[in-house]
Amino acid sequence: MANEVVDHGRRRFLTTATAVVGGVGIVSAAVPFIKSWEPSARAKAAGAPVTQSLKKIEPGQQLIVGWRSLPVFIVNRTPAQLATLPKQDSRLVDPKSDGTSAGQQPKYAQNEARSIKPEWLVMVGICTHLGCVPAYAGEIKPEPFDPNWQGGYYCPCHHSRYDMAGRVYQGVPAPKNMEIPPYHFIDDTTVQIGVGPEGAA
Amino acid sequence: MANVFASIGDWVTERAPGLAPMYRKHMSEYYAPKNFNLWYYFGSLAMLVLVNQIVTGIFLTMNYNPSAAGAFDSVQYIMRDVEWGWLIRYMHSTGASLFFVVVFLHMFRGMMYGSYKKPRELVWLLGMLIFLVLMAEAFMGYVLPWGNMSFWGAKVIVSLFGTIPVIGNQLVEWIMGDFLPADATLNRFFALHVIALPIVLLLLVVLHLAALHEVGSNNPDGVDVKHGPKGNRWNPAAPTDGIPFHPYYTVKDLFGVGVFLIVAAFIIFFAPSFGGWFLEHDNSIAANNLLTPAEIKPVWYFTPFYAIVRMIPSFAGTAVWGVLAMFGAIVVLFLLPWFDRGQVKSVRYRGTGFKVALALFVIAFLSLGAVGAGLVAEAIPAWFGNVDVTAWENAFGRTMTLIYFGFFAFLWAYTHFGWEKTKPVPDRVTMHD
Repeated sequence: MANEVVDHGRRRFLTTATAVVGGVGIVSAAVPFIKSWEPSARAKAAGAPVTQSLKKIEPGQQLIVGWRSLPVFIVNRTPAQLATLPKQDSRLVDPKSDGTSAGQQPKYAQNEARSIKPEWLVMVGICTHLGCVPAYAGEIKPEPFDPNWQGGYYCPCHHSRYDMAGRVYQGVPAPKNMEIPPYHFIDDTTVQIGVGPEGAA
Repeated sequence: MANVFASIGDWVTERAPGLAPMYRKHMSEYYAPKNFNLWYYFGSLAMLVLVNQIVTGIFLTMNYNPSAAGAFDSVQYIMRDVEWGWLIRYMHSTGASLFFVVVFLHMFRGMMYGSYKKPRELVWLLGMLIFLVLMAEAFMGYVLPWGNMSFWGAKVIVSLFGTIPVIGNQLVEWIMGDFLPADATLNRFFALHVIALPIVLLLLVVLHLAALHEVGSNNPDGVDVKHGPKGNRWNPAAPTDGIPFHPYYTVKDLFGVGVFLIVAAFIIFFAPSFGGWFLEHDNSIAANNLLTPAEIKPVWYFTPFYAIVRMIPSFAGTAVWGVLAMFGAIVVLFLLPWFDRGQVKSVRYRGTGFKVALALFVIAFLSLGAVGAGLVAEAIPAWFGNVDVTAWENAFGRTMTLIYFGFFAFLWAYTHFGWEKTKPVPDRVTMHD
């Protein structure tokens, strides 16, 4: 069986070909395992719109409703709270929501109050830093974290701060304004979250 | 009877002739320097805690229910209804914290005596990998009880990956298997925590020890006993300043085990939550995806790294910088053998600059821990009255972050440009006859 002459070129080709085919096989076999970690069909399906009555939300009060397992803040903003919004611009990262936060709200909520009706704030209550739920600190009074507090949100995790329209202040870890979900008013006192005014989002 | 054992021994040796030499190489004829001090207990103690975690962990899985609906209740069931379940869980939870205590001390020992330096770089790298896997293991174990801190801790840590530009959000969904930490997340963390990571951890521990035994142990003088005089009373070719690991260091380590178990038992029986440091109070509430706890802070052993994330603001529309800095804090530790170009190993013979820098590094690490645990934010109003807490905390935390990274930069410059004035290193360990 001894070969007189070893064909090194042939041997190298066969070794390389075996290694490449084997490598492709291993990578292909890994795909199902990696894909199995993606959200399952059941998880994706659990995302229906939510309807909420606004009748019992007093001025200055916040209600949290769940939508796609996310907390959605609904706030009945007082005239005093709304009056603070134009004064904050110089302290905010993106006051007009057209820079880094351009994708954080539907077009119909891209305004100073970031809402359809100025008094009603509807917002996904997830800090844009690492996903905590910021605490509502709506009163305009000095707070331990800001002696000149104008009302807004304070994240307990990494101390990011937002104003009364969910716009992020400068010098905090969060990079963007909080997200405004698609929503519309069914009538004057009922809001539906998950569907925009012009139909399904 | 003795004959029976002898003949069983012979039977095995005939079929596996490599076993006895392996025992000799790693135990009875592994010559370790004879001047080990107190700092050399923590390696063997880490092994002890690892065994404790595996044994108690196996028994916990027997009653734990890995599902979002059942996890929290099953942990309460273990604590209240399972015979001795509370003890097994407290051994596991206390063991997790003590694991980090002994590992931090073990790593500090390595930094102090230059155990990471040539020829032990591989030992250091494998040890750092163990540290990394241990952090992943601890984090996933922390999520399993599915209390509110488990849930929000999982959310925050997984969201770290969401700051990566472009692929971040998809990556987060891939890790969680849902849009929030949910049943799928808990199940996969359970699988990783009880099977995948422990296997990796055990393999790395074996490699860490194998790599160590190839080059031999360092010691408080940083002198290589293999290069010293030869011949001791067991073997004419072995280092004079070495003693067999077994029985000398096994007996020494056994004493350390005794002291350690007294401390551990005290914590387990009298202060298992350790005032909220080992088990957090907010985790006694079941997971609630609509309610973030008033103050999210990780368990104490993650607080220094967590503080670094918090101290770095977003820039150019992304929060990735804080996360990069946090991973960087671990990467620089990996690279320590290459930052330090100095030839002298032990702190005993190194320049004053190194001693000061190492002390500052320890202070920075502990201070960052205090920032991450929220202690600094509490202390500022108490000490300085009505000031802007966030600004003061940031100033302090950012200074400490600079010192943490500055240690590595300084160490490189100090040794690379030859600024270090070392003392003469003795030829042999200082404790020889």
